[in-house]
Amino acid sequence: MFKPSWDLERSQSVERHTLTVLVDNEPGVLARVVGLFSARGFNIDSLTVSETEHDRHRSRITIVTVATPKVLSQIKLQLERLIPVHRVHDLTAEGESLERELALIKVAGKGENRVETLRLAEAFRANVVDASIDSFVFEITGRPSKVEQFISLMQPLGLVEVVRTGLTAISRGKEGM
Amino acid sequence: MAEQMTGAEMVIQALVDQEVEHIFGYPGGAVLPIYDAIFQNDKVEHILVRHEQGATHAAEGYARSTGKCGVVLVTSGPGATNAVTGLTDALLDSIPMVCITGQVPTPLIGSDAFQECDTVGITRNCTKHNYLVKSVEDLPRILHEAFYVATSGRPGPVVIDIPKDVQFALGNYANPNISSHPTYKPQMEGELDAIKIAVDMMLKAERPVFYTGGGVINSGDDATKSLREMAELTGFPVTSTLMGLGAYPADGEQWLGMLGMHGTYEANMAMHDCDLMICVGARFDDRITGRIDAFSPNSRKIHIDIDPSSINKNIVVDLPIVGDCGHVLEEMVRLWRAKTNAPRTEEIQPWLQQIDQWRAVKSLRYEKSDSVIKPQYAIERLYELTKDRDVYITTEVGQHQMWAAQHFHFNQPNRWMTSGGLGTMGYGLPASVGVQVAHRDALVIDIAGEASVQMTMQEMSTAVQYGLPIKIFILNNEYMGMVRQWQELLHGGRYSSSYSESLPDFVMMAQAFGAHGIMCDDPKELDDKIMEMIEIDKPVLFDCRVTKEENCLPMIPSGKAHHEMILPDTADIGNIIDEKGKVLV
Ligand SMILES: Cc1cc2nc3c(=O)[nH]c(=O)nc-3n(C[C@H](O)[C@H](O)[C@H](O)COP(=O)(O)OP(=O)(O)OC[C@H]3O[C@@H](n4cnc5c(N)ncnc54)[C@H](O)[C@@H]3O)c2cc1C
Ligand SMILES: Cc1ncc(C[n+]2csc(CCOP(=O)(O)OP(=O)(O)O)c2C)c(N)n1
Ligand SMILES: [Mg+2]
Repeated sequence: MFKPSWDLERSQSVERHTLTVLVDNEPGVLARVVGLFSARGFNIDSLTVSETEHDRHRSRITIVTVATPKVLSQIKLQLERLIPVHRVHDLTAEGESLERELALIKVAGKGENRVETLRLAEAFRANVVDASIDSFVFEITGRPSKVEQFISLMQPLGLVEVVRTGLTAISRGKEGM
Repeated sequence: MAEQMTGAEMVIQALVDQEVEHIFGYPGGAVLPIYDAIFQNDKVEHILVRHEQGATHAAEGYARSTGKCGVVLVTSGPGATNAVTGLTDALLDSIPMVCITGQVPTPLIGSDAFQECDTVGITRNCTKHNYLVKSVEDLPRILHEAFYVATSGRPGPVVIDIPKDVQFALGNYANPNISSHPTYKPQMEGELDAIKIAVDMMLKAERPVFYTGGGVINSGDDATKSLREMAELTGFPVTSTLMGLGAYPADGEQWLGMLGMHGTYEANMAMHDCDLMICVGARFDDRITGRIDAFSPNSRKIHIDIDPSSINKNIVVDLPIVGDCGHVLEEMVRLWRAKTNAPRTEEIQPWLQQIDQWRAVKSLRYEKSDSVIKPQYAIERLYELTKDRDVYITTEVGQHQMWAAQHFHFNQPNRWMTSGGLGTMGYGLPASVGVQVAHRDALVIDIAGEASVQMTMQEMSTAVQYGLPIKIFILNNEYMGMVRQWQELLHGGRYSSSYSESLPDFVMMAQAFGAHGIMCDDPKELDDKIMEMIEIDKPVLFDCRVTKEENCLPMIPSGKAHHEMILPDTADIGNIIDEKGKVLV
């Protein structure tokens, strides 16, 4: 059904949206997507990409972007224009979705701090994936806000280094892309 | 039936299967196998240009004047980088083009090999799509897919980068007859519900205007036919962008002239004051809208476009219709007919009268002169003396381009080739080469500026080699006139580097090329000399000396709205644009 588009100018304020892009996994496809964002001055807050259907050579790209509603609609339409792009879904606009991120976090410390670090890790369900007498590496998965929170709690306890995968997301319910 | 052949032979066979008759190119190490295959074939004629940019513009002219796909063949490295301007030009103006580039052999890719450049990387953002062919097995599909992508939906340029080892490799070729694509599926039919609503809106409109664009030309003759029919059925006035000229005839009664920055007063006022705007295959470019927040404040807007991303990009519209405008207009005609057979001329009388008042302003008027040739006069004479011929016009970029759009009138589509989106100086001469290759017996004229034409002048040599009697009609004002005009408007008349202290003698230059040269600086001799140009069966460089500091008016100054046009009698144009407008281009 056609949609009138008056509501596009409803707001000049920016919103954060998660887009999921189904693409043919051919050489250069990621460069096309990223190049489009830089060429048109769109923001990328987070980007993840991986092959999801090996037999059909398909990959999913998850992009978190921040833009006004009008620009968001342009981003989606411009992505859809790329030849190897099958579909683009704005998960934020389409209702509830699940969003997860994985982080590896290195914390160094001794004594009280070390005990506190472990206690918090347990509360956040972060796994210890490496340990030495004066350090841990934790693996934590969850919504970005949870990861964020855990990292900030580690800060005073001897945070050394963080790596994050960026956000990946899927819609709820039985419908697929 | 699959046939075994080399990659290079596949290229030629695919061109033959695509019914390509002419390609424009320039050889080099990385495309020698393809040139060898060309040498041994007699179906595809290769036109040897003098610079790869020339090949791309020639292909654009060829494409725009025929509705077919333009084809370019260039070598790796500098051949490919020289093609970039023309590819970008074709992208912005939606011109179908396939550009085949040679590449260093696959094992050498990435090693900074001789004449290697990252062609797909460089052209990724200036093509509709591009391919690097890694194996000869992929070549037949890619060749044909490239033509499908370039010509379907919103047309555009496609690059196929073929490493030299792939050109030598043997493989099986069969024409895959591609007529669809797994992921790229342009929407041709417009949504019926939306078209119905559009017709209802049109039936109620009191101050309607059709705003048409290059998309009508892209769509083809059927779209032109339906547009004219729709205009006649409704009685609504029609304006067009620079890219759409000729779709609606300039001698039609409802014609308002071109709109936009250098459009007519009546077209721009109609856009500003209308209550219903029907945009057909145009993209609300900034040359059209002027100040966005003051653009046509009281209208409802219908936008028909094949590219969903064109819709709501610059201007948010009320009723988008995604589809080929030929299909959509045809459907509109049918639905309109089902409701009424009478145009709404009566109902919109006050509006038409208002438009007549705007027309009476005569915004294209200029001061005549007996002693010097006015550039507008030169175009007028050129039009009068050629209008009954089979004429095609190309242009360079600048004031002369705008004067051509204003004072040369087009009654048919595909007769007007100009670089609109990118505004590429040097487009017109090679484009006229391409047009003349496609229309050997037609009169093909490049309306040029003395600065622009020097950017691709070398293609005169191509014209001479192939006996293409293109006419290069130079409005020589010794200035980069458009730049000078903006310096007058914005920079206190400080003409920094916009005057050509030294210019070639164009008549001698013509002779050096083996073409014919004409110079004219007297309005009384102009007609005779134009006739001399038309009648000689040779390429001609016509050096038409015109007023040096003429301004191209009317004009919507940057940062202003449609109703704030500078008209020909506006005094002191140096004080119109404010600080905010100055930063715009
Ligand atoms: C010096 C200079 C001055 C200029 N001044 C002016 C001016 O005063 N006035 C002016 O008009 N222009 C002017 N231009 C040109 C301007 O920059 C733009 O190129 C032009 O306005 C764009 O035309 P368009 O909107 O018709 O779009 P095009 O670039 O022709 O794009 C066509 C649109 O139609 C769509 N389309 C394509 N195929 C189809 C189809 N089959 N069905 C439906 N839709 C389709 C496309 O998706 C696109 O949105 C000037 C250029 C220069 C260099
Ligand atoms: C390749 C390129 N470089 C620079 C420009 C900027 N530019 C636009 S018009 C113009 C002057 C054109 O001069 P001329 O060809 O003499 O035309 P006139 O305006 O005098 O008619 C220039 C430099 C451009 N459009 N293209
Ligand atoms: Mg000039």
